[in-house]
Amino acid sequence: MKFTLSWLKRHLETDAPLEDILYALTDMGLEVEEVVNPLDTLAAFTIGYVKHAEKHPDADKLRVCKVDTDEGELQIICGAPNAREGIHVVVAKPGVYVPGLDITIGVGKIRGVESYGMMASEKEMELSDEHDGIIELSGAPKVGSKFVDYLAEHRPDAIDPMIEIAITPNRPDALGVRGIARDLAARGLGVMKPCEIEPVTGTFKSDIDVVIDADTRDGCPVFTGRLVKGVKNGPSPAWLQTWLKAIGLRPISFLVDVTNFFAYDQNRPLHVFDADKLVGSLRVHRAKGGEKLTALDDGEYTLDAGMIAISDDRGAQSIAGIMGGLDTGCSDETVNVFVESAFWDRIDIAIAGRKLKINSDARYRFERGIDPEFTPKGLDHAVRMILDHAGGEASEMVVTGNVPNTTRSYKLDTDRVKSLVGMEISAENQVKYLTDLGFKIDGDQAFPPSWRPDVQGSADLVEEVARIASLANLQGVPLPKLSDGIPTPILSPMQKRESTARRAMAALGYNECVTYSFIDSASAELFGGGSDAVRISNPISSDMSHMRPSLFAGLLKAAARNQARGIMDMALFEVGTVFHGGEPKDGELLAAGLLIGHTNARDPHGARRMVDTFDAKADAEAVLSAIGAPEKLMVTRPAKEWWHPGRSGKLCLGPKNVLCAFGELHPKVIEAMGVKGPVVGFAIHLENPPLPRAKSATRPALKTSDLQAVDRDFAFVVDSDVEALTLLNAAKGADKGLIVEASVFDVFEGAKAVAQMGEGKKSIAVTIKIQPKDKTLKDKDIEAIADKVVDKVTKATGGVLRG
Amino acid sequence: MDSLDALKSKYLTAVIGANDETALEELRVAAVGKKGEVSLKMRELGKMTPEERKTAGPALNALKDEINSALAAKKAALADAALNERLQSEWIDVSLAGRPKRVGSIHPISQVIDEIVAIYASLGFSVAEGTQIETDYYNFDALNIPAEHPARQEHDTFYMHREEGDERAPHVLRTQTSAAQIHYMEKHGAPCRIICPGRVYRADYDQTHTPMFHQYEGLCLDKGISMANLKWTLEEFCRSFFNNPNIELRFRASHFPFTEPSAEVDIRCTWDNGQLKIGEGDDWMEILGSGMVHPKVLAAGGVDPDEYQGFAFGMGIDRLAMLKYGIPDLRAFFDSDLRWLRHYGFSALNMPNLQGGV
Repeated sequence: MKFTLSWLKRHLETDAPLEDILYALTDMGLEVEEVVNPLDTLAAFTIGYVKHAEKHPDADKLRVCKVDTDEGELQIICGAPNAREGIHVVVAKPGVYVPGLDITIGVGKIRGVESYGMMASEKEMELSDEHDGIIELSGAPKVGSKFVDYLAEHRPDAIDPMIEIAITPNRPDALGVRGIARDLAARGLGVMKPCEIEPVTGTFKSDIDVVIDADTRDGCPVFTGRLVKGVKNGPSPAWLQTWLKAIGLRPISFLVDVTNFFAYDQNRPLHVFDADKLVGSLRVHRAKGGEKLTALDDGEYTLDAGMIAISDDRGAQSIAGIMGGLDTGCSDETVNVFVESAFWDRIDIAIAGRKLKINSDARYRFERGIDPEFTPKGLDHAVRMILDHAGGEASEMVVTGNVPNTTRSYKLDTDRVKSLVGMEISAENQVKYLTDLGFKIDGDQAFPPSWRPDVQGSADLVEEVARIASLANLQGVPLPKLSDGIPTPILSPMQKRESTARRAMAALGYNECVTYSFIDSASAELFGGGSDAVRISNPISSDMSHMRPSLFAGLLKAAARNQARGIMDMALFEVGTVFHGGEPKDGELLAAGLLIGHTNARDPHGARRMVDTFDAKADAEAVLSAIGAPEKLMVTRPAKEWWHPGRSGKLCLGPKNVLCAFGELHPKVIEAMGVKGPVVGFAIHLENPPLPRAKSATRPALKTSDLQAVDRDFAFVVDSDVEALTLLNAAKGADKGLIVEASVFDVFEGAKAVAQMGEGKKSIAVTIKIQPKDKTLKDKDIEAIADKVVDKVTKATGGVLRG
Repeated sequence: MDSLDALKSKYLTAVIGANDETALEELRVAAVGKKGEVSLKMRELGKMTPEERKTAGPALNALKDEINSALAAKKAALADAALNERLQSEWIDVSLAGRPKRVGSIHPISQVIDEIVAIYASLGFSVAEGTQIETDYYNFDALNIPAEHPARQEHDTFYMHREEGDERAPHVLRTQTSAAQIHYMEKHGAPCRIICPGRVYRADYDQTHTPMFHQYEGLCLDKGISMANLKWTLEEFCRSFFNNPNIELRFRASHFPFTEPSAEVDIRCTWDNGQLKIGEGDDWMEILGSGMVHPKVLAAGGVDPDEYQGFAFGMGIDRLAMLKYGIPDLRAFFDSDLRWLRHYGFSALNMPNLQGGV
């Protein structure tokens, strides 16, 4: 919302400095976004007198001028056609910033002649678009005096500060300058001026009548209008043009400008029909759907069923409350004008405006809520201005429907400000603030004014009082302690788990990424997503169209970007939500890591090697351990289709509860994501490991044995598809009491193994640890256990002890 | 006795001159071995008179000890020399880099969330979570933003696809973490103190906006909680978070549908030479929105507005990270440039806590 200081002063009697007004506006919730104050931008320009001017020795169009200024005589080169002896001019000396050129003047040499400043045109000072020559000042102003002082005296409009404020959706009244003035008056920065007009007397009955269909009364409770005959349209008076231009509106013609003026002046959108272009009377009705209309913005619009139209006998001529039609709009030739002031339901306007994608000042105002009681008064303000400036004769007022009654009241509890806000404001002041804002106070009831649809309860009264009193005065008061003791823990086990997983991965050398939750459909499809259920209906770009089904898509894109920057070795991770469907419950918290390239940069120690599946598995197990997942997990396969079918697996707790998938990602997926692979990684389902049941911090007692443990090694020849875990489990099962550990320490496979052991064979070497319990074992006891191990492994895997 | 002196001189000189362990051993055998010269002399003690023995005995023993000591000292010296020689040969170039270790990092957003949690935990705030896909009701209606209200349009909402035939309003990507307030109130009621950090979404992308960013919501409900408590809480937070006891906040009236009264909150700062300094100067920079929870919002959460009141606020996490750590560009947060992650990231072990300072 834009306005100028002098426009404000149409409604507010005030001597307050601009700075105070700006501070108050922001402080009261009408946040100042921009101020254009020529007094600031033009402060350094001074008045000079051209004593002498002659042609530049080396340029026909330039003149070398001797100019009297506050700093004595300056030589200034000027190219303006009117630069000549004997005129008063505006001088920008070296160091002065020229807003219209966006440069700071320096001392320069133009074709070999020095120039100590410039003489400015109106455009260069952003006073107007005039740029045919430099400004010539009349009335022999004092040389060296400030140009802004001259402007203040001769052209006060030119130094009228323009103020733009942000309007929160609850303050439609501040979409009119009068509403802004009212807030400032309540704050004590001036006194509201009355806004009375000489009453309009209708001398005839309007030829144009208005009917509202029965099913449209809710959308248009009241419609008022007057026919004004015999007007003379044309350009608006200068003051009106200046004000409209100052807030960025283009003056069109007086009749149109009047409607724009009242939209901004008192938040009262109006429409003017050229009465001679209307056929018959006006009917306010809901569209059947399909009605076509060219609006004032030259756009062609087709109305949906239910949208409110204003039609004459020919058809739709205006989109109610949003934009009038081009055919029946006013032009310079308009002689008879029908002025409309109606009240439209804000939801009807909001829906129609959104569907038609029309952003007009009228829609903006109606959907926020205008003052219903001002509907007929606003009409007469406009008609009065038309009669005064364009002549003509007004009809009696056409009134269809009734002004909706918005009278309501809320209890004004003056203690509530103290209890809710924590500020002491006397009851008298509270009543005064509210009264100044237009509230009527009757006993303990406060009646909001008709222009404040946002006030809907007692809490709003507190807000109004606090706002006018200024929250800047609010002093903090300590929050009461919940208990006198040490604060109790506040994180849930899952929250701790998420944090632990994150820090565990960083500790393992992974760099945490935060990638977007939405990705393109092709990437989503690679990871089992991309369905309509997770599609965003209004994505910001096709790269961000679907909620991610996996963290890998975002991480791989990140990897590709880093590879493009020349970083080939990396460990990335993310902890975040993935989306298996479009319902709120369909999110799942994952922690995923990726390893690409080598374990490290090239080094002199020979430590560098390519990362592989077992790096990913080890890291996954480390994270699972850190978050307290059970130690003994099943390794199952296959993993999902985006993994390498031979080099991936899952760590599970039982057949259904997958805690983690790990391995190498499918080469096709990597290629599709534009990453140079191979890529290994893991994804941990953070919600799947059971939460610890024990409430006690006590650990089970540590059992150690004084008896020496015995290690025994075995090598088995097995079929090459036998998995190590099967073999280990069999070995461990040989004596569950005494065998406490079993692990693989070598696998011998490939061509050499085949040569030694035959086609389809490999050798797995395992070591077991036998821990005696109550007595030292004799050789024959150990041999017996070893025999059982061989026996069990043979049964489980078909393997034989390697000779 | 002269012969003893000669013997001493002979062997001590020889020991000094010995070059290796073999020579030393030969000397030991020759002097104090079973048939060594000193040993032979000692055998002669038996033939002496008691008077002679009184002087010769100690003298011989002293000679033997002296020779043994000299042998031991020389042996140690030779061993030292040999070790030194070996160590000299074992010189390596220690200017070479150490064996490489991968170094990971925590993203600034995670770090700042942990900082925020640590600070509010000390005031008794627990952490609540919402969902990122949210129903129209929780994201808007329950927060007093009715359908077709202009406040909705200001949210630049992302809507989820809706299957034909499914007449429910489309779900949205939550535009604020405030939706979590309602879920929490429904489940736990009042009194309560929670914060809710997380991702939020707005359809906006330019220099200073990304379609996804992070926010945390604060909610404190009880009997008699006022806006003055809100101001204190926010000021305490900022002083702790920015580690600056001089931080001042200023409240300005504003409007949010879910609070009444509402205030935007500015922090005192200066922009000297384009360098932002918080906690001093005459400028004010907006950092968050807040207010007293609207009675309709309390009612939507099943809390009796006549019994309980309290405050709520929402603050940008990415923005806090930028302000605190001097990170210039929001968009870089989500780009995962490893150079950026390493530069602005945090060590895994640097878990924020109040005893060490956040």
